[in-house]
Amino acid sequence: MGGEATKSIAKDVLWGGGRSPFSVSYGKMMMWYFLVSDALTFGGLLTAYGFVRASSTDAWPIGEQVFRALPGLDGEYPLIYVALMTFILIVSSVTMVLAVEAGHRNDKSGVIRWLGLTIIGGFFFLGSQAWEWSHFIHGSGGSFLLAENVTVTADDGEVFNLSKGDPVFMDHHFGHLVEPWIEGEPNVSFVENDHGIKLVEVGEHSHEAELHALTLNKYVENESFVSGDEAMKLWNARSGTFAFGANMHDNEYAIQQAYANFFFFITGFHGFHVFSGVVINIIIFIMVIQGVFERRKHYEMVEKIGLYWHFVDLVWVFVFTFFYLV
Amino acid sequence: MERDDLIVNDSYALNSHHSEEEGAKIRKNIWKVTGILTLLTTVEVLMGIYFKRSETFTWTMIKWSFIILTLVKAAYIVLVFMHLGDERSNLKKVIIAPYMLFIGYLIFIAISEGFGHLGNFNTLH
Repeated sequence: MGGEATKSIAKDVLWGGGRSPFSVSYGKMMMWYFLVSDALTFGGLLTAYGFVRASSTDAWPIGEQVFRALPGLDGEYPLIYVALMTFILIVSSVTMVLAVEAGHRNDKSGVIRWLGLTIIGGFFFLGSQAWEWSHFIHGSGGSFLLAENVTVTADDGEVFNLSKGDPVFMDHHFGHLVEPWIEGEPNVSFVENDHGIKLVEVGEHSHEAELHALTLNKYVENESFVSGDEAMKLWNARSGTFAFGANMHDNEYAIQQAYANFFFFITGFHGFHVFSGVVINIIIFIMVIQGVFERRKHYEMVEKIGLYWHFVDLVWVFVFTFFYLV
Repeated sequence: MERDDLIVNDSYALNSHHSEEEGAKIRKNIWKVTGILTLLTTVEVLMGIYFKRSETFTWTMIKWSFIILTLVKAAYIVLVFMHLGDERSNLKKVIIAPYMLFIGYLIFIAISEGFGHLGNFNTLH
């Protein structure tokens, strides 16, 4: 029975108490404890999201219908952009684990190369998230609520009996001009003729947009398009309640403001983690270049920041599933 | 009881160095896991694009397969990328058990207590 250590341990690697619980260093142990507490925070947030969503009596937006735009391109690409962001984060996680591996071989140039690539991946992810937020905030046309009950026939022939307070969605070009028009901008005017209606903006960026079609159920099941006279019926039944994109008070995506608020809080909190991860990675990157760990004869610090970076990737895997897919 | 604070085979974190040959093996494993993670993500995205949300049994199955695929991905990240698989089993338990306990309890409470009001939701209004 070996009550005490049967193999001598170098003094410099022991904890203060003369033992090394779990055979890991104090710093690594504490990084794990921190990650467990941080994971509880994210677990709590996602559980709260799931609870609010499940107990919601109105339809909840569908991920692939809210997130289907790509920068600089027209058309619909459901989930492609988020998938790209997920892939960027996974790749940067791989470069990080390769940096840790290079550290175990005391390969300074290897650590510099892989850690550098990890930092670049982190910046790519942050940039993607900035675009994603911008797109979410600006929206894609906006919506208005109906002031009365309307019955319309969609382009595919389906008849909708809409009630007062149901949302109707505008297209990107038209909605873009409706926002300044209802705010009373003097350089945007409303023109009505035999063919329908259009909004005209004069001045430096003069352009016009016609009301071609309106969309029903844009972000939920049974998305349908309504055009021509039927669209005019909807337009004439509009109330004064419009929503463009999303902010902390209203959003065009859902009746529930909780949807936008959870999006901002969960992806924002995760983005803040990515940002701090990039900052920490840069600090350690500079220390690697200066040869701090070469003199220390081990690169355990890279391993510790690696744990944090992988954790950020791990959280995103769950955010991706529960916010975008399910 | 097994001691977990002894150094065995130089496995202590501060001594954790490995040779070129071992490194090549580890890198091969890293690329393998990268392939698995990419494949699982691609499958998830394709399923997300192809299947539309609805009140059907199929969608329930799809939803559960998303969750299972996510847990598989999480396991690969934690056990391989974060090296928890290589740590002492006591450390693994200390990290994973409390987390599972608290999150399991939270989800249980959210489902059992939180949805209690839904049963008589209509009478509340």
